[in-house]
Amino acid sequence: MSEVKFEQVSKIYPDGTRAVNVLDLEVEDGEFMVLVGPSGCGKSTALRMVAGLEEISEGVLRIGDRVVNHVASKDRDIAMVFQSYALYPHLSVYENIAFGLRVQKVPKDEVDKRVTEAAKILGLEEFLKRKPRALSGGQRQRVAMGRAIVRKPSAFLMDEPLSNLDAKLRVQMRSEIGRLQRDLDTTTIYVTHDQVEAMTMGDRVAVMRKGELQQVATPQDLYDQPVNLFVGGFIGSPAMNMLEATLERHNGGFAAVLGDQRLSLGEHVVSEHPGLQRYDGKKVILGIRPEDLEDSEVAQGRAEDECLRGEVKLREALGSEIMVHFAVNARPALTDDVRELAKDVGEEITDDGESNAVLVGRFEPRSKVREGDTVPVAVDTRSLHFFDPETGAGIYDQANLAKGTRST
Amino acid sequence: MATAVAPTRAQPVVIEESVATRALRVLARAPVHIVLIVIALLWLLPTLGLFFTSLLQPEDLGEGGWWQVFSEPSKLTFENYRTMVGNEGITSALITTAWITTGATILPIMVAALAGYAFAWLEFPGRDWIFLGVIALLLVPLQMALIPIFQLYNATGLYDTILGLILFHSAFALPFAIFLLRNFFAGIPKDLMEAARIDGASEMRIFFRLILPLGLPAVASLGIFQVLFVWNDLLVGLVLAQDNQPIQPAIASQLRQFGANLEVIAPASFFSAIIPLAIFLAFQRYFVQGLLAGSVK
Repeated sequence: MSEVKFEQVSKIYPDGTRAVNVLDLEVEDGEFMVLVGPSGCGKSTALRMVAGLEEISEGVLRIGDRVVNHVASKDRDIAMVFQSYALYPHLSVYENIAFGLRVQKVPKDEVDKRVTEAAKILGLEEFLKRKPRALSGGQRQRVAMGRAIVRKPSAFLMDEPLSNLDAKLRVQMRSEIGRLQRDLDTTTIYVTHDQVEAMTMGDRVAVMRKGELQQVATPQDLYDQPVNLFVGGFIGSPAMNMLEATLERHNGGFAAVLGDQRLSLGEHVVSEHPGLQRYDGKKVILGIRPEDLEDSEVAQGRAEDECLRGEVKLREALGSEIMVHFAVNARPALTDDVRELAKDVGEEITDDGESNAVLVGRFEPRSKVREGDTVPVAVDTRSLHFFDPETGAGIYDQANLAKGTRST
Repeated sequence: MATAVAPTRAQPVVIEESVATRALRVLARAPVHIVLIVIALLWLLPTLGLFFTSLLQPEDLGEGGWWQVFSEPSKLTFENYRTMVGNEGITSALITTAWITTGATILPIMVAALAGYAFAWLEFPGRDWIFLGVIALLLVPLQMALIPIFQLYNATGLYDTILGLILFHSAFALPFAIFLLRNFFAGIPKDLMEAARIDGASEMRIFFRLILPLGLPAVASLGIFQVLFVWNDLLVGLVLAQDNQPIQPAIASQLRQFGANLEVIAPASFFSAIIPLAIFLAFQRYFVQGLLAGSVK
C-alpha cells in the first residue's frame, strides 16, 4: 500500500511566489503518474516535496497512509532518479548501486545479491567495476535507475530522467523504464516537460501550469478531451491549431465563421458538445488537430463547406506524412494560454492585428500540394475542439466538464 | 547465391614520413627547446650549488667555490651528512619540525573541511556574514600577531612548545583553507548530496563518504602548500621557540657574525629542502583534474 496523495499542497517561497498552488492529486498504488507542463509550472517542485527535498508550505502529503510532511527523506521509503543522474563519481557502478543498501546496513551477501540482480535487469553486469566517467550517457542513466530499484522502495520519483539523452536513446529508455515499472509494479511519479514522454509512459497524466493542476486523465482522454485551451495546446505534436470563430445556426447544426469562410458543423458536433448551444452567435476558439486536416484532393467527397481554403506557406515532407503550413484568412486565437505555450517552445507571438492564421496540417504523402498554391483543405469535423474565448475552458456538455476535470 | 559475401578490404596505404621532413620538424622546434633547457639550468643552479657545497669538506670550501668539484671530483664526500646525523641540534630540530608540520597541516585542514562544508551546504542563520568575517581574516598579516601571541604564550606556558607552534600556524592557515575548501565544496553538484540524503545517508556520512573524497584535489593542494609553508617557516619559529626550535631557525642560528658553519648549514639546508619536495611528489597524483567527471550529465 503506497499511494501518494497530495491534499491541498502548496509551496510558497519567501518572496510570496506560489510554485505549487493548492495541489490535489492522488497517485494510486502501482500507478505510473506523469507530471507534465512547461518549465516553471511547479512539477519538479511537487516531486521534490514528495522526496522531502522541499518543505511543504501548506497542505498534507501522504505516502501510504502516513502523513510525511515532516518526515526526513531517508525515512520516506522512496527512491529518486535525478535529471543529472547524480552518480557518485568516485565510486564504482557496484558501489553506486549499493550505496543506499550500505547505509541501511543490509548484510553483505544480501547487498551482493540485490546489486547483481539489479545489474542483470538493467544490463549493467559487465560495467560493475567501472567508474561513472567511463560510461556512456545511457549507461549512466541505467546506473541511476539501478540505484533506485535496488532499494525496493514503495515509490519511485523521477525528475526528467531522460532529458540528457540523445533522441534515439531516449525512445529506447522510455520503453525500458515503462517495462521496468510494470514489472516492479511500484508507484511512480515521473516529471517531464516532454508531452510525448507523458503520453507514451503514463498510466495517467497530470498537466500542470503555473503551479496549478489543469487536468488529470489517461493519455487518450487528455488528448481527446482537453479541459482547456492550455491542455489542448500543450498535448499533441505538432500542436493543435487554434482559431477564433463565431458560431451561427446552419442547417439544424452550427457553422463556424472564420474570416470570410464558413465551416459547417454537422449535428454530431452539437450532440457531442451540447455546451455549444449557449454560444449561438458568440465567439469561440476552435481547435483543430493537425491530423484532422487533409488535402481535399486526397480526402475526396468532402463538401465544400467542410473545407478551409488556405495558401500553402511551407511543405515539410517527412516520408510517412507531409506537414503543410498554410495561411487561412482567419484570426488566430491569442489568449494568454496560447502565448504561454508559444513562449515555452521559444516563440513570441505579437498581436499585430494580423488576420492570417497559419495552420499546420498533417497530410498524406500522396498529397501534391506545393508552396504558393491556394488549396481547399478538408477538415474532419468529428474531432474538433471548442474553447471559451474568455475562460479558455473546453466546451463539452452543459456544465463544460471533460473527463478528469478537477471536481473540487 | 543468396549469401552475401563480405567484400575483401584492400590493405590501407601507409605513408611514411621521410627522413628529411622528420629532421626538419625536429630542427624547427630546437630553438624553443634550447631556451627551455637554459632557463631550467639557470633555475637549478642555486640548488645544485647548495648540493655540491654540502658535499665539500670545510677546508676545501675555504679554497674556493663549489665549482671546484668539476675540476676535482675526488673532493666530493658525504662526510658532512654523516656529521649532521650526529649533530643533536640539527636532528632534534628536524624531528620537531616534522611534528609541527604534521600537526599544523592536519589540524587546519580538518577544521577547514568541516567549516567549508557547513559554509557551503548547511543552512544556519548568519552563515554568509560569518563567512565574510572569515574572508576578512585573510587580510590580517601574520607578523602583526607575533608579539601579542608571544605574550599570550608566555602567560599560558605555550611558549617554546610544539603545540604552540602548531596552533599558531593552524590559526593563520584557517581563513584561506576555509575559503578554498568552501568554494570547492560549493562546486560539488547539489544533486549528489540530495541523492545521498534520499539514499538515507546522514550528514556525517555525506561529509566523509562524499564531500571529502570529492574534495581530495583541493585538500591535497591545500596540504602541500601548508606543508611547504610550515616547513620553511623561519620567522614564527624564531619568535615563538627557543630550545624547541624548528629546522629553519636552527639552521639560521649556525650563521656567525664572521663567516658561517657552511659544513653544517649546507647539508642541513639541502636536506630540509628535499623533504617538502618528496612530499610534493608523493601527493602530486591527487592533483587530478576532473575528479567529478561522470557524476552529473
